[in-house]
Amino acid sequence: MKRIITVVITAAIIVGLGIGWIAAKKQPPLSKVTVVGSSALQPLTEAVTKEYRTVSPQTSITVQGGGSGTGLSQVQAGAVSIGSSDIFAEQKDGIDVQKLQDHIVAVSGIVPIVNRDLGIKNLSLTQLRQIYTGKVTNWQQLGGPNLPITVINRAAGSGTRVAFEQVILKGQQAVNAQEQDSNGTVKEIVARTPGAISYISAAYLSPQVQPLKIAGVAATAKNITTNRWPLWSYEHMYTQQKPTKATREFINYMQSKHVQQTVVKQAHYVNIHDMQVQKDATGKVQGKE
Amino acid sequence: MTPERIDKIATGIILGLAVMVGLVILGLLGYILAQGIPHISWHFLTSGAESFAAGGGIRDQLFNSLYLVVLTMIVSVPLALCAAIYLSEYAPDNRRTRLLRLAIEVLSSLPSVVVGLFGYLVFVLKFGLDFSLLAGALALTILNLPILTRSCEDALRQVPYLQRQAGLGLGMAKWRVTTKIVLPAALPGIITGAILSAGRIFGEAAALIYTAGQSAPVISYTDWNPFSPTSFLNPMRPAETLAVHIWKVNSEGLVPDARAVSNGSAAVLIITILLFNLAARFVGYRIKRRLTK
Amino acid sequence: MDDLQKQLTQPSPESHQEWTGKIISSLAIILIGSLVLAILVFLTIKGIALFTDNGISIWRFLSQTDWQPSHQHYGALPMIVTSFSVTILAGVVALPLTLVVAVAITEILPKKMTGLFQPLIELLVGVPSVVYGYLGLTIIVPELQRLFGGTGFGILAATGVLFLMILPTMTSMTVDSLNAVPKQYRQASAGLGATRWQTISRVIVPSARDGILTAAVFGMARAFGEALAVQMVIGNTAVMPKGLIESSATLTSVLTTGIGNSVMGTADNNALWSLALILLIMSLIFNLLIHLVSKKGVA
Repeated sequence: MKRIITVVITAAIIVGLGIGWIAAKKQPPLSKVTVVGSSALQPLTEAVTKEYRTVSPQTSITVQGGGSGTGLSQVQAGAVSIGSSDIFAEQKDGIDVQKLQDHIVAVSGIVPIVNRDLGIKNLSLTQLRQIYTGKVTNWQQLGGPNLPITVINRAAGSGTRVAFEQVILKGQQAVNAQEQDSNGTVKEIVARTPGAISYISAAYLSPQVQPLKIAGVAATAKNITTNRWPLWSYEHMYTQQKPTKATREFINYMQSKHVQQTVVKQAHYVNIHDMQVQKDATGKVQGKE
Repeated sequence: MTPERIDKIATGIILGLAVMVGLVILGLLGYILAQGIPHISWHFLTSGAESFAAGGGIRDQLFNSLYLVVLTMIVSVPLALCAAIYLSEYAPDNRRTRLLRLAIEVLSSLPSVVVGLFGYLVFVLKFGLDFSLLAGALALTILNLPILTRSCEDALRQVPYLQRQAGLGLGMAKWRVTTKIVLPAALPGIITGAILSAGRIFGEAAALIYTAGQSAPVISYTDWNPFSPTSFLNPMRPAETLAVHIWKVNSEGLVPDARAVSNGSAAVLIITILLFNLAARFVGYRIKRRLTK
Repeated sequence: MDDLQKQLTQPSPESHQEWTGKIISSLAIILIGSLVLAILVFLTIKGIALFTDNGISIWRFLSQTDWQPSHQHYGALPMIVTSFSVTILAGVVALPLTLVVAVAITEILPKKMTGLFQPLIELLVGVPSVVYGYLGLTIIVPELQRLFGGTGFGILAATGVLFLMILPTMTSMTVDSLNAVPKQYRQASAGLGATRWQTISRVIVPSARDGILTAAVFGMARAFGEALAVQMVIGNTAVMPKGLIESSATLTSVLTTGIGNSVMGTADNNALWSLALILLIMSLIFNLLIHLVSKKGVA
């Protein structure tokens, strides 16, 4: 008796799976788009994906972090449809730029932050450079309290760090300092360490930390669009030279006026259509033609 | 000083230190729970995560964690059980067996980052599983196998040798003796071991970040077809687990209530592991009673 | 007659079953064996790419103190030193305390308390390392900052976090080894008129020594390989550690921060895989140590 029950149940499971498999095969094939890469861009992409399901239910989109390096190498290898990155492919070793197509989907401001209790709210570009090259090591030298400066840098090779060094350090070597990979951890550390300074994506700003002005200019969206606030970088989505239709459509949607004005703004990124300047991989900024 | 006095003092010191350590640990657990429990609500457990608005829940992550444990168990229990049977019933005591044991022990001390990277390289890239539950389950299997094999072997060895001899004396094949006599007798131990090991892998994050992935795509809980890409049962979809969610929310979370979400998730995790423990005890106890009746 | 002979010489159903059984269980063990082999082979191939493809000498990799992947400086010594300091410190702090707790549980406290202990240990083992890291970041680091000044990040903070992490596993293994000391030893000792402390210090602990050491090495192996929790509190500065509360970096913390930001196949990425290989080799060495201190071994 027991045996019969087991056999029946097993048979039922197998038949059920078989029917399921056939049913799944019969459904119109979903076009799959996989986005892998920048973990900072992941929340934004996920939010857009949620909306995109109502626009194009036929496309199934998978979003995945893993870092810009991972994204770029995987899209180059053809393992994923989109490699998201907060750094130009040109700036990464081991990436064949010829193979890839760059799509800019958002602009992200980068903001230096300090501990709230420090009382410093403004620094000049030169002062920032002096801090990050280790020439200034105490806040007293910059008109602050007598407190050693705890420099927190971002992970080597990360998009935020490359953009920061391009604008602030101008080729000088950064001082050996703490390195943290993620915006969240950096924020947490700066909020808890007196005398700490670091920089994060504008999207991650919160009252926990004190954002800095650079030479009196605040990191507002408006200042970024004109490059008055020079610390910003593009969020890229790289595809292979000939992306599939579904991939192209998704990227078009990301770049559309609608998404840029709603989701991108809500996530505290800057609308790409508002930009009045453009930046190339070497960091040169010029007016948009 | 008399030995009695020394004994009293030593006992006092030992107890004092032990109580201190115990208090620190209880305090730790209490702290995690106290920080998290206020944030746990029905809404928190049953709604999806938010990308950058407050008030997100952990429904998908919680389900993913549980489902991943189930998948891992489906892969690892038969494997560990067969390996344990081999080791306890068949393996001759020679160099090769010792080498195999050593191999299993090597697995047990592998850093979970290394396992994760291996999983990424082999399961995700080489086998083309992509970031998926299956790849995650395989990575967790690597972590789980040594503990599970060990506890299965222990359970099998605890069955008195006399029972085996009785079976063999009746002319039964060794395999039949193993499956019909030894295995049922060892079942409580095996089940308890399996559930306990499930609790241990439930909180794993480092091995999963690069295998099961860090995103929880929208899934449908009404689609029971495991081959459909949106089904919650599909093992080929990427899945962020609770522990990974805690890590992600802390590192790249854009939600304003990141800390609350992470505290709440940690408390849910601990409570779930507690439930696993209670379940292990209960099941072991029930089976034992049924067998001895 | 022929029929009978055939019947007798033919393999019995039992022997068929026997074969199936042997094959199934051997297959499982072979699978596990090849899995281990695959891990070793893959990680070795990836790990030596830096030396074979990128022409960095192994010696320089292991002995130089300058880790700046962006400038092609791959000196892993600071991370190796820090990893070891953290591990050894955590082990040194945890060993006496676990011993004390284990002795209290097995020898002093009433049996009822022992029943509570096992679930508690299982609970702690299951706490995700991220949570330990987060506790370290929110409690231990600020506390160290207050006590010693500086940032609070560094080897000491990591030691604290790792100590808490390995405590449960080590305690439960130590308890097992103390329980494994035969009852007769205790009775004999008591019969000779020894006090409890004399029995503990001269009979029980010495005879359980191998098990206790195994537990310690096992705990340290865990500590050596822990990544996420350590990354949150160590500070991640890839320089030679100057002190216990100066921020530094372990093998695992550099590995987890860097792997996503480098491109597969480049020297930067290969260097990280080489760090993973060091981790692997170290876990093999820890295994060997465990085997040396205990003949039976643990899993």
